[in-house]
Amino acid sequence: MSGVVEQLVTDSVAVRRRPKATLILGLVLTGAIVLVALVSLFWLPYPLADTSGGRLEGPSGLHLLGTDRLGRDLLAQLMWGARIALIVGTCAVAIAAVLGTIIGLLAAFSRPWVDDTLSAGLDVVIAFPVLLLAMLVVAIQGASLWSAVLAIGLAMSAVVARLTRILARRVLQEQYVTAARTSGTGVLGIVFQHVLPNIAPTLAVSLALQFGAAVLAEASLSYLGLGAPPPNASWGRMLQEAQGTVLTAPVGAIAPGIAIIALVLGVNFLADGLRDLADPTRRRSR
Amino acid sequence: MSILDVSSLTVRSGSAAPVRDVSFSLAPGERVGLIGESGSGKSLTSLAVTGLLPDALRSSGSVLLDGHQVVGAADAELRGLRGPVVQIVFQEPLTALDPLMRVGRQIAEPLRRHLGLRGAELKSAVAAALDEVALPDPRIARAYPHELSGGQRQRVAIAIALAARPQLLIADEPTTALDVTVQDAVLSLLERLVAERGMALLFISHDLAVVSRMVDRIVVLRDGLVVEAGTVSQVLQEPAEPYTRMLVDSARALDAFLDQKLDEREAGA
Repeated sequence: MSGVVEQLVTDSVAVRRRPKATLILGLVLTGAIVLVALVSLFWLPYPLADTSGGRLEGPSGLHLLGTDRLGRDLLAQLMWGARIALIVGTCAVAIAAVLGTIIGLLAAFSRPWVDDTLSAGLDVVIAFPVLLLAMLVVAIQGASLWSAVLAIGLAMSAVVARLTRILARRVLQEQYVTAARTSGTGVLGIVFQHVLPNIAPTLAVSLALQFGAAVLAEASLSYLGLGAPPPNASWGRMLQEAQGTVLTAPVGAIAPGIAIIALVLGVNFLADGLRDLADPTRRRSR
Repeated sequence: MSILDVSSLTVRSGSAAPVRDVSFSLAPGERVGLIGESGSGKSLTSLAVTGLLPDALRSSGSVLLDGHQVVGAADAELRGLRGPVVQIVFQEPLTALDPLMRVGRQIAEPLRRHLGLRGAELKSAVAAALDEVALPDPRIARAYPHELSGGQRQRVAIAIALAARPQLLIADEPTTALDVTVQDAVLSLLERLVAERGMALLFISHDLAVVSRMVDRIVVLRDGLVVEAGTVSQVLQEPAEPYTRMLVDSARALDAFLDQKLDEREAGA
């Protein structure tokens, strides 16, 4: 009997020490973008507003990725964009995670009529276009990066809240919650010891997806002038600006496109890998 | 005074009443079996006794747990009773343990909450609790539920249930999910612990043989009604109700069948 336990314990330790391919790939992709964003704090090949280059130049020694139609260096914009993308993704997801989890848990623990009211409210917010919400926030706050972050975060928190509510309800029906209650565990104990740890893996994966969605949402808000105002560069606006010239100067669209894909994929892989690490029931099975 | 006094307990779910007018009581240290087939209302009775019925179900009547009225009481009022007064061991230990929490922490929780233990004291109390359910290996405390066998899990569940030193232990078919050899070990363990601590035991099962080994008195439930109650020997020797007689007869028939097979084998050998 003790031999079996020993075997299982060593197994799980061994597997825990061998990180998965997805986790490594996620770390590499996300790490590279974080690094670029950090470098952009200290060094850019050209200032963002520098229009000294020729218009729509191809890649060259002077401009590694070429220039846009105003003669601005694309690499400088791409590097600056990494910073914007990370800020938007992180902050919007943070807002969504905190607000969404709290609202979702409140709904899950409430009496049926409170739950129904909250759920109906969430459905309305989810049905509400992000763009409209963003315009509302911008009308109140003025166009800035933070207005965009706030609007995206609020919109996403409804999605997170609905998921949290469903997941929490399912955990509350588990027998281990009843068992914990027969030991006299109160509501807060149930939330922090049982509900949150058990919904965290699913929630984390969903938040990683939301991170990608936030980066894309900021792109469309920037296009409408509702995002960070120029000379701030965001990958979304770079894409939109390169739209008209994609056939003559494809790098302008390809570079930010690849950057967005890399970040979204990287964060998703990272979340997936971290979930596998955190979930003890998965350690042994792979 | 009795530790548990149930009178005219009725559990309603919409228009249906899966438990109707059930009455029985347990003196401190007394062991009572609640038997009946699936759906007879055994488990609902145990949940109603602890005030843990799902929201959709409503109970009426009276349940006095160590003198405290459970029916209609707020959850917060009952929290102090759950643990020191009453505890439940559930049927399926895999679902009754949190899959993401190390077993040691799950045992530590009621010790911390009800006995106020912290730090090194808490750690040694967890080890003692595991030792008491015959799991002396210190690695068990660091294991997750899925890393243990079914029997080990049920021992852990028993350790959790006993941690806060309840006066009444409700065992809801604690061995049904285990295979026969493990069943016997777990039953012996329960028997020993209940005797050592002088706990009252409400043992819920559909297995007459198991129940009669564990308890002094039997209450037979059928379709949510108490159809018979009495001492083990009374109920087994002179079952008054046709339903009980059927349960006893089928248990006897199995015994007779096994004896016959045994005889045949001996004759053949």
